[in-house]
Amino acid sequence: MHPAPSVILFTTFSGLGFGLLFWLGINPNPPTGWVAFVFFAIAYLGAVGGLLASTFHLGHPERALKAFSQWKTSWLSREGICAVATLLIMALYGAGLVFFGAHWAPLGWLGALGALATVFTTSMIYAQLKTVPRWKHWTTPALFLLLSLGGGALLAGNVRFALPLLIIAGVLQAFAWFHGDGRFAASGTTMETATGLGHIGTVRAFEPPHTGTNYLMKEFIHVVGRKHALQLRVIALVLGFVVPVLMLLMTFHHWNALVAVVSHIAGVLALRWLFFAQAEHVVGLYYGKR
Amino acid sequence: MTELPTSTAKKLGLVIDLDTCVGCHACVVSCKGWNTENYGAPLSDQNAYSGAASGTFLNRVHSYEVQPPMLRDEPQAAQLIHFPKSCLHCDDAPCVTVCPTGASYKRSEDGIVLVNEQDCIGCGLCAWACPYGARELDEKAGVMKKCTLCVDRIYNENLPEEDRQPACVRTCPSNARHFGDLADPESDVSILVAERGGFDLMPEQGTKPTNKYLPPRPKDVEPEYDILAPYLEPIAKDGKGFISWLDKALSALPGGAK
Repeated sequence: MHPAPSVILFTTFSGLGFGLLFWLGINPNPPTGWVAFVFFAIAYLGAVGGLLASTFHLGHPERALKAFSQWKTSWLSREGICAVATLLIMALYGAGLVFFGAHWAPLGWLGALGALATVFTTSMIYAQLKTVPRWKHWTTPALFLLLSLGGGALLAGNVRFALPLLIIAGVLQAFAWFHGDGRFAASGTTMETATGLGHIGTVRAFEPPHTGTNYLMKEFIHVVGRKHALQLRVIALVLGFVVPVLMLLMTFHHWNALVAVVSHIAGVLALRWLFFAQAEHVVGLYYGKR
Repeated sequence: MTELPTSTAKKLGLVIDLDTCVGCHACVVSCKGWNTENYGAPLSDQNAYSGAASGTFLNRVHSYEVQPPMLRDEPQAAQLIHFPKSCLHCDDAPCVTVCPTGASYKRSEDGIVLVNEQDCIGCGLCAWACPYGARELDEKAGVMKKCTLCVDRIYNENLPEEDRQPACVRTCPSNARHFGDLADPESDVSILVAERGGFDLMPEQGTKPTNKYLPPRPKDVEPEYDILAPYLEPIAKDGKGFISWLDKALSALPGGAK
């Protein structure tokens, strides 16, 4: 799949933003006043910035409002609704903390639930696709949720939860890569089933339908990103999980925390790049490519 | 809107004969022509006169080489099969249910899958969900384009009766494309599918496509059709007469072929 920067930025930063909103929502002793303002500003910068970035790849962003209508069947539509509802609820909750020093706990819990729902619906956009066997697996939503919660806890300064969550997320990510490598073959879709010519013999693409490229090939067949997959996996694991965990284990200092956050974001960006670049769509089979 | 109809009165679709398709791409050209000049946004081209040309097509013809396995230790000749591919108007169309705006829909009256271009935001998720590569986002218009089964031809009473079928079917010079109602077991297309063993593409994806493909017929074994041929062998193998003496004499010379 084509790793579009807008979608990588969107999933990374909105995941972190909604993760932070979750921890702010369930915090029994949340910050108030200016401290609360800074926390909510960071969360909204991530969540809203990510959502805005995702509209950059639309052909007609001016019609985006129509995307809230099909919640009955479409995970993308559900995601839009969850995101906007969560942002509105948490804006109210945040306003209480920042301006009135009031802690409206039930509103925070509702917002936290909404933040989880938003991240889950985002992940299901990918996990629902039978055409991309690497994504259609329980590890996709599990990883999106763990990364959001772990990164959110890191941003919230919640070391008690950030530490175990990041360790679990790192282990699960390694498992998802390992297991995902065999899922295309396990899906049973081959050039033989794609063409229905398997009963005659082995199928090979002889001539493509056109001399140049096309939308399908640009969108679904991406080989460049896979070339350095192993190196990128190691970089993502070290930056995303190992460095932040080591920083959290050291005595607390603001500089340590900053290094942990920056390193974690860089790691998640790298693994999100791989999430797209390594995912193979079955349509590539018609072109004899993956 | 994006909920699929539980059943459709008709299942209009195509039957494509891989035995007779000659790979001329006439269907590709007529499709591009009709769908650029008629319903919806035109099918744009990018850098059409450069080395890096690309464009939107609703129908593309691939060509595959199929290598049969060895038969009694003899290698078999490979077969070249031309393979036209367009939207299969699936019963369980995954492209429709993922649409966030309701722009994609499947008609309950005839099963045709269409895009309402006024509602399409161009997110591309339907193209991601389609295993067949039937949907292409038009770069110029920013909306998703797909085969309409020439819905503006098949019901068009301004056209003569014989033209009321999809442009690709109407233009095919080798009769490799057939259009009809696949829900009706008595229709020509249904009979064709039953008699020739029509099959689905990627059945394991669970999309239940309406369009069917007919397999190439088995190749004939070439019979010995010329009774004189054995007597006209150009090379003497019996080793008699002048030619045989000449063969041996020339071979005996230094550097002669044995």
